[in-house]
Amino acid sequence: MAEPKIDLKNLKAGGFIKERGKDLFTIRLRVPGGRMSVDRLAKITAVAQKYGKGFVHLSVRQSIELININFAHFDAVVAELGEEQQKVASCGARVRVPTACGGCEYNPNGLVDTQKSALEVDEKLFGTVTGHHKFKVGFAGCPFDCPKSATNDVGFQGAIWPTLDADECISCGLCAKSCTEGALTLGEDGKPVFDAAKCIYCGDCVKVCPTSAWKAEKRGYTVRVGGKWGRRPLVGTVYATFLPEDRVADFIAAVLDWYKDKAEGAGRVRVGDIILREGCQSLLDHLKQDFADFVVEKTIPPQIINTQLPL
Amino acid sequence: MATIDLRGVTCPTNFVKAKLELEEIETGTTVEFLLDDGEPVKNVPRSLKAEGHKLLGLKETDGYYVLTIEKGED
Repeated sequence: MAEPKIDLKNLKAGGFIKERGKDLFTIRLRVPGGRMSVDRLAKITAVAQKYGKGFVHLSVRQSIELININFAHFDAVVAELGEEQQKVASCGARVRVPTACGGCEYNPNGLVDTQKSALEVDEKLFGTVTGHHKFKVGFAGCPFDCPKSATNDVGFQGAIWPTLDADECISCGLCAKSCTEGALTLGEDGKPVFDAAKCIYCGDCVKVCPTSAWKAEKRGYTVRVGGKWGRRPLVGTVYATFLPEDRVADFIAAVLDWYKDKAEGAGRVRVGDIILREGCQSLLDHLKQDFADFVVEKTIPPQIINTQLPL
Repeated sequence: MATIDLRGVTCPTNFVKAKLELEEIETGTTVEFLLDDGEPVKNVPRSLKAEGHKLLGLKETDGYYVLTIEKGED
């Protein structure tokens, strides 16, 4: 057998994707949460200029993809990107690079530090082989949910549970006006009345309160499992509420354990379709073992989106 | 007390105008801003709070809001 011209270890986790045209590949870079230091961006630009054809592609999952790279240059590209600690992403039946919004660091809407969560999950779980199909994770900092968390295999949405310190309330009524869910109304005494059953944990009352009379009593993630897009889209459903940020990686690992076990022999099937087959109670029971304080009592199966095809 | 009318000014111009007005005022002074209902009254008080000013009151009057604040440290 001929001596390989390139280091095949680089290819193990994927991220090198065959293009149309002889010898040409796309190299997908690992950019958790879409955050990129300017120094790293400059390095990527230099590598793209040297080995590509004058453009890159911004992937729909926040990555930069180097286009038109000749496979003979793989080792050089990996080495030069490595000078700024830029790594190559994955493809195939693995845990993918997590996506995230800007989070709470500079975005006033963010309730949790999604960037930190994305980095942590990337570090602990990136590239984990599922044995079945791809596995995507996404983080939204609030229920505006710009990252569309419920279309991931496991999707996280920032959440807070509000509590009122009535002494600090100046009865301005802004919280009741801001609450689009109708969970807050002003009582006869001019203080807000909270209908907990209508709250979706968006924290708008806490954000808008001019005197900080509304505070966050609990903070964490609403977790949905079983989402995906593609030919047969599913929207994930709620398995946990107020999951603390430091339990996120363990929670995903627990979902992966269940998926690996239940999808045995099923072939190339996403976790949402396995939930449809096994029933959601099985996954709930599995998650309750280690996350009893956060797992919901009951849930519903992944929601099937009608794509209207075939007509 | 100075009253600054920000009615008819959309976000984020109203907040930037409020900031510029506050630059001309001594710390500890009380100022009134008139704000439209809707996005302005949801956003401007919150943004001024985040800039370190003290919100003393907010009252609805004839379809608009009167926000009273005390200027914080520069």
